[in-house]
Amino acid sequence: MTSILIIAQHEDGTLNPATAKTLSGALRLDAEAIDVAVFAEPGSIVAGQAAKLDGIRRVIAVEGDGFKHPTAARLAPEVASLAADYSHVFGPSTTFGKDLMPRAAALLGVNQVSDIQEVIDARTFKRPIYAGNAIVTVQVPDDATVVATIRGASFSAAPDGGDDAEIDTRSATVEDSGHTRFVRLETGGGDGPDLQTADRVVSGGRALGSAENFQLIYGFAEKMGAAVGASRAAVDAGYVPNELQVGQTGKIIAPELYFAIGISGAIQHLTGIKDAGTIVAINKDSEAPIFEIADYGLVGDLFEVVPELEKLV
Amino acid sequence: MKILVPIKRVVDYNVRVRVKSDGSGVETEGVKMSINPFDEIALEEALRIKEAGKAEEVIVCSIGGKDCQQQLRTGLAMGADRALHVVTDDEIQPLAAARALLKLVEKEDPKIVFLGKQAIDDDCNQTGQMLAALWQRPQATFASKVDLDGDTATVTREVDAGLETLEVDLPAVLTSDLRLNEPRFVKLPDIMKAKRKPLEEIALAELGVDAGPSLRMTAFEPPPKRSGGRMLESVQELVDELKNKGLL
Repeated sequence: MTSILIIAQHEDGTLNPATAKTLSGALRLDAEAIDVAVFAEPGSIVAGQAAKLDGIRRVIAVEGDGFKHPTAARLAPEVASLAADYSHVFGPSTTFGKDLMPRAAALLGVNQVSDIQEVIDARTFKRPIYAGNAIVTVQVPDDATVVATIRGASFSAAPDGGDDAEIDTRSATVEDSGHTRFVRLETGGGDGPDLQTADRVVSGGRALGSAENFQLIYGFAEKMGAAVGASRAAVDAGYVPNELQVGQTGKIIAPELYFAIGISGAIQHLTGIKDAGTIVAINKDSEAPIFEIADYGLVGDLFEVVPELEKLV
Repeated sequence: MKILVPIKRVVDYNVRVRVKSDGSGVETEGVKMSINPFDEIALEEALRIKEAGKAEEVIVCSIGGKDCQQQLRTGLAMGADRALHVVTDDEIQPLAAARALLKLVEKEDPKIVFLGKQAIDDDCNQTGQMLAALWQRPQATFASKVDLDGDTATVTREVDAGLETLEVDLPAVLTSDLRLNEPRFVKLPDIMKAKRKPLEEIALAELGVDAGPSLRMTAFEPPPKRSGGRMLESVQELVDELKNKGLL
């Protein structure tokens, strides 16, 4: 029997959309039951949000002090203890899931299937290796709990809004060892749409030349109602904060429309955008690798092209 | 205090990896091999901690066949004091690696085990977290800054939302992200010196590690190609195309 536990991700009292994408992956398995575990502070409204997801049996709301910013060390034993009732435990392939899920997998004595991009059957999955240059089909042995992370860019968010699932509220069962302490979270604080889930993304690269010039990207993105992204080179050069990095080691995204502006298209960047709907590349260098995968390419000076584009859209 | 840095031998970052035509794996024959870049960053950070007088010894270790001694020697040339080679010809998955590393941790009693956040071959991103679980110690993954103060490490982590700071009690497992540092280049005299540094071989079988249920890799394939589209002549043409597709 296939029964799946999904580990919800949430921040500031809001369910992260990566949770609904993880559910979407789980729904491909033809499972008898799918439950969602929400680890939150007592009284959190997140369990109620999760209960609205369509296709789930129940929400297990595990309440604990210090679950506002829980660490992997704190959550992994909780996940492992809940896992006893399930054949599968899925988390999102976000930094939250990547941090937590392998720790839980080790406690369960299994290897994890990282970054599932396609479900073949309940124990067989496809996942990218070598920065997406190869896809491997992986089979989990019958006697092992399937612990996996689901690559959000490969699945659209499962719908919500049907009847609310029941919420089973419990208390945390494992004492906090206290050896790992949350200190703070600094965010770049952009007001625009979230990079990971936005329908439109405008990314800038090293060719912008400075943090000041990067304002051009912010301006165009705002006009487009798009999230702002960046290449690794632009982040390394300090033009924008790290959380805007798109690529193998940054965020892997799948917007409907993606603008790569002044980005040459290193393989590690291309890995992060290959599930995008339509890719537009603007670059001075007609030989830039980005043009090999772009749906529309425009050779030109971005400092002339982008202002003109901004006027016309 | 000791720092243990596990390093993995992987296909070099600059090699364009190809799937074998029969789908049985990835072409690694005659391909340049290197230290996994994230592990190299972890090693660099360990060396800087030692150079700042906060650690006495940096030990590199690797699990694999004879060939991975090349990467251990490179690690010694970078400045590690000695190397441990867990010898096996078996394919090692993250759980087995973490269990083997735990044995080394029990033997060496390091205050920090510093790994790369993931290996660029299997892209698993698991081993550090698994070791921390089995060791029942803190983990601070995806580190972009590490400050040590006595028995605590304050670690800035690159997370999706921005930069998260954690404080962890040592001993702990840390894993490196890209922006932690830029690893040094190895100089020729250091390569010569590294040949005389101690490298201990330990058979994996001697460690008594149960590999656990292994995942089976049944097929390899190249990723679906995104075919290049059209080059356009003007901004107006681009706007028209996007409007036609209903994207604007």
